[in-house]
Amino acid sequence: MVLVLALGDLHVPHRAPDLPAKFKSMLVPGKIQHIICTGNLCIKEVHDYLKTLCPDLHITRGEYDEETRYPETKTLTIGQFKLGLCHGHQVIPWGDLDSLAMLQRQLDVDILVTGHTHQFTAYKHEGGVVINPGSATGAYSSITYDVNPSFVLMDIDGLRVVVYVYELIDGEVKVDKIDFKKTTTASHTAH
Amino acid sequence: MMIPDGIEDEEKWLAEGIAGIQHNAFYMHRALDANNLREVLKYSAQMLSELRTSKLSPHKYYELYMRAFDELRKLEMFFKDESRHGVSIVDLYELVQHAGNILPRLYLLCTVGSVYIKSKEAPAKDVLKDLVEMCLGVQHPIRGLFLRSYLAQISRDKLPDIGSEYKGDSDTVVDAVDFVLQNFVEMNKLWVRLKHQGPGRLREKLEKERSELRDLVGKNLHVLSQIEGVDLEMYKDTVLPRILEQIVNCKDDLAQYYLMDCIIQVFPDEYHLQTLETLLGACPLLQPTVDIKTVLSQLMDRLSNYAASSTDVLPEFLQVEAFAKLSSAIGRVIEAQVEMPIVGAITLYVSLLTFTLHVHPDRLDYVDQVLGAFVKKLSGKPKLEDSKAKKQVVALLSAPLEKYNDIVMALTLSNYPRVMDHLDNETNKVMAMVIIQSILKNTSCISTADQVEVLFELIKGLVKDLDGTDVEELDEEDFKEEQNSVARLIHMLYNDDPEEMLKIICAAKKNIMNGGPKRLPFTVPPLILSALGLIRRLQGQEGDLTGEEVPATPKNIFQILNQAIGTLTTVPSPELALRLYLECAEAANDCDLEPVAYEFFTQAFVLYEEEITDSKAQVTAIHLIIGTLQRMNVFGVENRDTLTHKATGYSAKLLKKPDQCRAVYACSHLFWVDDLDGIKDGERVLLCLKRALRIANAAQQMVNVTRGSSGPVTLFVEILNKYLYFFEKGNPQITSAAIQALIELITTEMKSDSTVPEAVSDPFFASTLRYIQFQKQKGGAMSEKYDSIKV
Repeated sequence: MVLVLALGDLHVPHRAPDLPAKFKSMLVPGKIQHIICTGNLCIKEVHDYLKTLCPDLHITRGEYDEETRYPETKTLTIGQFKLGLCHGHQVIPWGDLDSLAMLQRQLDVDILVTGHTHQFTAYKHEGGVVINPGSATGAYSSITYDVNPSFVLMDIDGLRVVVYVYELIDGEVKVDKIDFKKTTTASHTAH
Repeated sequence: MMIPDGIEDEEKWLAEGIAGIQHNAFYMHRALDANNLREVLKYSAQMLSELRTSKLSPHKYYELYMRAFDELRKLEMFFKDESRHGVSIVDLYELVQHAGNILPRLYLLCTVGSVYIKSKEAPAKDVLKDLVEMCLGVQHPIRGLFLRSYLAQISRDKLPDIGSEYKGDSDTVVDAVDFVLQNFVEMNKLWVRLKHQGPGRLREKLEKERSELRDLVGKNLHVLSQIEGVDLEMYKDTVLPRILEQIVNCKDDLAQYYLMDCIIQVFPDEYHLQTLETLLGACPLLQPTVDIKTVLSQLMDRLSNYAASSTDVLPEFLQVEAFAKLSSAIGRVIEAQVEMPIVGAITLYVSLLTFTLHVHPDRLDYVDQVLGAFVKKLSGKPKLEDSKAKKQVVALLSAPLEKYNDIVMALTLSNYPRVMDHLDNETNKVMAMVIIQSILKNTSCISTADQVEVLFELIKGLVKDLDGTDVEELDEEDFKEEQNSVARLIHMLYNDDPEEMLKIICAAKKNIMNGGPKRLPFTVPPLILSALGLIRRLQGQEGDLTGEEVPATPKNIFQILNQAIGTLTTVPSPELALRLYLECAEAANDCDLEPVAYEFFTQAFVLYEEEITDSKAQVTAIHLIIGTLQRMNVFGVENRDTLTHKATGYSAKLLKKPDQCRAVYACSHLFWVDDLDGIKDGERVLLCLKRALRIANAAQQMVNVTRGSSGPVTLFVEILNKYLYFFEKGNPQITSAAIQALIELITTEMKSDSTVPEAVSDPFFASTLRYIQFQKQKGGAMSEKYDSIKV
């Protein structure tokens, strides 16, 4: 069992002073094995904070990140799953599932995690999953109105992944759960 | 005891003294065993004669005394048991007075006296009075101090206190108190007489030794505090006045400081509170060299803790007007002690502030009063240099923030900014950060424009260059951290009412704009985003507009934003400015303000053309432009055409072919927007994709020329995916034949490059084909559509 924290679009300090205190108290060091962050942190202080939660940190570049060396896309393998990461402002139309599916095919991944829209979504798509963890700070977005702060925890166990989404609604943390099972036949044999 | 000529060896004297005690104690023990009273008295007197030495320092004398003290315990046991010596206690009391020397005689007398009181043959008060007066016979400071200390020790449990078995019919607590006070006064006199008047190092050493004896004197005060009969009234009427009288009269700074502190430490807080006037009244009468500020600080700290201990005690503080008394006492002390370093004065103010925060949390005027007094003290003086003083000021200014957890309160203190004005730039910034951290920690909301102004005045050290700051010398990391804190702070400036919120934004903007080119990239974005939040709140309220002039309209706010972002272009921060223009354009779109949206796009395009020259930055910028433009629905045909034409033009002019290709195929989405009825221009979509294909071909050929083999087919597969996308969306220009042709083209390309297996495009192409297969098989209308495509 591996816990993966997926989050992004914090936009600190442009759009929010910090992560919500309730999230901060939930996110403690030592529980999470990997962090994947879609980008727009935007500053080093946030990077350093994430690093304290878990040293295995993967970040792609958002258009507001002060760190310009983050890659545009990134893939990594966790257990039986291949994960792809991208901020998403490069994929037009923004947040469009069919266009994201193309990126998923391009990166050849089971799970694609993107951001940019500040809207939590999780779709099962062609035997894979496309996840957007939303904005961890509930930052303003020109795309999405009334953004609630949210992040995603993925519990990867064998061929199964359980996606927990944590959303802060009116000061209360709500948790939702999505189950996904990978069929072995869908595993990509090309590599 | 003989003194060897010319050798002064204290250790040796002590050793000899101890030897003398041991020797005589040995014979005393034998006499005790034999119950031989005469011998006991003889040897015990000889033993005690060792304490007559004048050659030992207080420290060494104490060691000697302790040896004798242990022996005296055994002696007391013997005296107590009349059956062992056969003499009545009254006679024994007479008998021991025959000892030849005064010091041994008085030690023996005290020892017997202790037994005498216990026997209750005479009233305790008479015996104690006798003893304390007899001890006047020893006037040598060290010998006298220890003798009286012995007296205090053996009498402690025999005072005629309330509830004590030694409280006879006529004995009163007053007698007990009198006895202890008298002994205290005499001991203090002896102690003060120890003071060495000589100069230099020797004096320092001797004063240090003298200081070691202070607890012998202070012990008496402790005993007094333990006497149950000393109630508030007696403390107020007798005990405190007599102690203070002695303290003031002794005119000795060491004793005065120590004993004042002692009073504060040993007696209950409640007593201090009720005798505040008397206690504080003594302060100006002390020697000028006494560290009175520490004494007062201790007192205030104790009272603060007392106030914090229970809300029940607070009325007492009000009743005695503690704050006014302390405040004026501090004023007098600071005025009188001109030489007091500024840090001392600050320490006093910190203590007084802490006191009032605990005792009068509702009296902000008191806090302001303390700060005002401090400002007065600082006025006309140069800015603080002393690092301890600076630290104390930070503590002074932080205290109210910590207490109230509410910066808004501090914003109402008129003297708060005045104190900050006396700080040097560095400390001013430290304090500004403390203020910001406090706001962020408590998520305090700054909800009026006036408060925003005061706040920015407080943190001006971070917001603009202060006189005398060398910007070049600033540490880059520190500067970033500070500016990011200011950026975070901007989100705490908020009001639900749009009119007030607009005023807040204007106030913040006015202050931020003074920040100069290094600060603007940090502070402008949060301001813009905060204003966009306001615009979104106003959206849809347009209909309510009456004839009146309402400043908080999206249109007005957009003007402010346009101007604010404009400053970023001069900084220059063109990339950031471009992003913010696009955010604003989309917000204007949502407000249905076409000219405004067009203006923002124009600004963004001007920046793109003139300022963004880095090819990588161009790629990101063009994607943001296309992405935003794709979402715009406010534009009429003409404006839209102009903008899409520009955007596709930029795309085709990117430096690298693959970037060109991707930007161009992304532009296809500008002509086909799912949720917009008007925009479904299949022909122009196809034109974009064909153009992208030509660029991909050109890219392929370039690779061929430079590497001698055909390059990656990734771009072709990406375009194939775009074909599939529009095919599925029902674009009539995208035919299954065209898709079929593209698939074959890619297959051919890959075969021609079979020597170099293409690692990236292979899986991509494979997964794309798999997708086509998937669509063909899943049934329904989509499968029918896909039917003619063969893979």
